[in-house]
Amino acid sequence: MPEIATRELTFAQAVREALAEEMRRDTRVCIFGEDVAEAGTPFKVLSGLVEEFGRERVLDTPISEAGFTGMGVGAAMTGLRPVVDIMFGDFLTLTMDQLVNQAAKVHYMSGGTWKVPMVLRTTLGATRRSAAQHSQSLHAWLSHVPGLKVAMPSTPYDAKGLLKTAIRDENPVVFFEDKMMYKLKGPVPEKDYTIPFGVADVKREGEDVTIVATSSMVQVALGAAELLEKIGISAEVIDPRTTWPLDEKTLVESAKKTSRAIVVDEGYGRYGVTGEIASVIAEGAFYNLEVPVKRMGAMHVPIPFSPPLEDVTVPTEQTVFEAARGFCEKG
Amino acid sequence: MTTATEQNKVIDGVKAEPWMRMYRRMVIIRLFEEQVNDLYTRALMPGLAHLYSGEEAVAVGICEALRQTDYITSTHRGHGHCLAKGAAPDRMFAELLGKRAGYCKGKGGSMHIADPASGNLGANAIVGGSAGIATGAALSAKRLGKGQVAVCFFGEGALGQGVLYEVMNLAALWKLPVIYACENNLYNEYTHYSETTAGDILARGPAFGVPAESVDGQDVRAVYSTAQRLVERARKGEGPAFLVCNTYRYTGHHVGDINREYYRSKQEEQEWKTKRDPIKNLTAWLIEQKYAEKAKLDEIENEVRAEMKAAVEFAITAPYPSPEEAQEDVYA
Repeated sequence: MPEIATRELTFAQAVREALAEEMRRDTRVCIFGEDVAEAGTPFKVLSGLVEEFGRERVLDTPISEAGFTGMGVGAAMTGLRPVVDIMFGDFLTLTMDQLVNQAAKVHYMSGGTWKVPMVLRTTLGATRRSAAQHSQSLHAWLSHVPGLKVAMPSTPYDAKGLLKTAIRDENPVVFFEDKMMYKLKGPVPEKDYTIPFGVADVKREGEDVTIVATSSMVQVALGAAELLEKIGISAEVIDPRTTWPLDEKTLVESAKKTSRAIVVDEGYGRYGVTGEIASVIAEGAFYNLEVPVKRMGAMHVPIPFSPPLEDVTVPTEQTVFEAARGFCEKG
Repeated sequence: MTTATEQNKVIDGVKAEPWMRMYRRMVIIRLFEEQVNDLYTRALMPGLAHLYSGEEAVAVGICEALRQTDYITSTHRGHGHCLAKGAAPDRMFAELLGKRAGYCKGKGGSMHIADPASGNLGANAIVGGSAGIATGAALSAKRLGKGQVAVCFFGEGALGQGVLYEVMNLAALWKLPVIYACENNLYNEYTHYSETTAGDILARGPAFGVPAESVDGQDVRAVYSTAQRLVERARKGEGPAFLVCNTYRYTGHHVGDINREYYRSKQEEQEWKTKRDPIKNLTAWLIEQKYAEKAKLDEIENEVRAEMKAAVEFAITAPYPSPEEAQEDVYA
């Protein structure tokens, strides 16, 4: 958890600081993507990096996601440590061959001889009024593929620590940032620190119900936990932080303790992250559960544009609160 | 006993040396593929086998222009590229048979041979799938200043893949040391390329400011001299090139593709094999130049044949990986 010499940074600042520190530490680290240099991306996450590290290391690419992701794979195999920027998670569709057939498999197919130390940073999350092609949360697809690791920070502190781990990892890592969290503030130490993959974080301890949440849904779950506290329900909020590797033990132990579990994730519910985590909990804590594990994901529709339509497609503090309350009354 | 011809050989030894090396390499590939065909038809080889026979001059001519530290990416029809870049036949056969001694510990097979020691970034079974990897390797080479060049081998079928043009554009913008080597063997699997490829293939390079050249891919001397020029140009920082090598695939798309008359005639195959065979043509030239006698070339062929037999034997007797190894090497 946060230590001394801690300031408040936004999520975007924490991401930028992780990149800047890693680029200072290791000259092999470079960034490429669309509008990553002077523009600093549309979200301004990378502002200032090109000024410090130059255009040799912060490279603006054409709008060719498949091409420059593939180049990231090749560059990673041959001595660079690229951080590839895919502006919107929806554009992952354009990179899928490079990620799934190339990056994820090179190490295995080559019998462990070639490595792909590449990070692909991208976004997820709805409610930005960006409609169906700029709002999806597609992290389940990548979590499904052996050879990839998938990180999903929920706080500025986690964003910095997990991104540093991702850059130092010898494997391809897909790093999802909820674009609605870029302005979220939180304590971030000035000193160098990393957060290991596959270690869940208990964001709030509780006794009555476990809420497992990912990315910005952690903030939603924490808000719901506040509401629950007011009616006398003590919720434990757990953030796996990486969907692969997945800290199954912490999830199961918490569910055993509280005997109730809700899984909240902004990807689609069907065949998604909530299904996987619910299954892990059901298998590991079956005899301790009072009620079946509940899953809450995005509504199974393309994300609509109109605000009153979009707002009902994703879990909110209120819907999570109500689900947990109903749960605890049943139990 | 010293004959007049042997005198000539001594005199021309230095000049002859690279051609003799290329001759041997082409013979290695031809006889390697003969063995693959044999292993496959004897049901000793699992999976698919896409033979490179007929196209040897392309891989050999281009790789002769490369250093060991230069990079290549290869294709599903990749045995020739891997051998030309320096892979050992015994470990290749072992990989083809799924044995632990193979280049990929049996995890990759025929379509995924990779070998860091010879700069082989891997054969790739997605058509056009390695274009990004090769171009990324060229980016590393430029950034790290090691003077390497990357060659991306692909068949003319990959001309239909968009990612190729994305990276060609990038390589031109960033002046990357990469050669896009298109092996036009006339057939995208079972379809003549004229049915799949509009316009002028060579024009596709200059559209991005990438100089393009075409070469007779059955003539190893032409391939080598063109490749050498383009590789040195790339090494000097003058950027990528697009090299189209016109060649021919002697066998089917894969070993099981026997009845091919619905897409090409036996007569066409016969003409390429008799009139444009890269090994026969180099043989004739070597003799004509007095770089070697027929007997010497036959001797090399016999040596290679014995080497291939021993390599196959090694692979057949090599142990399989143990089942628990299936879970190893997923992550570094």
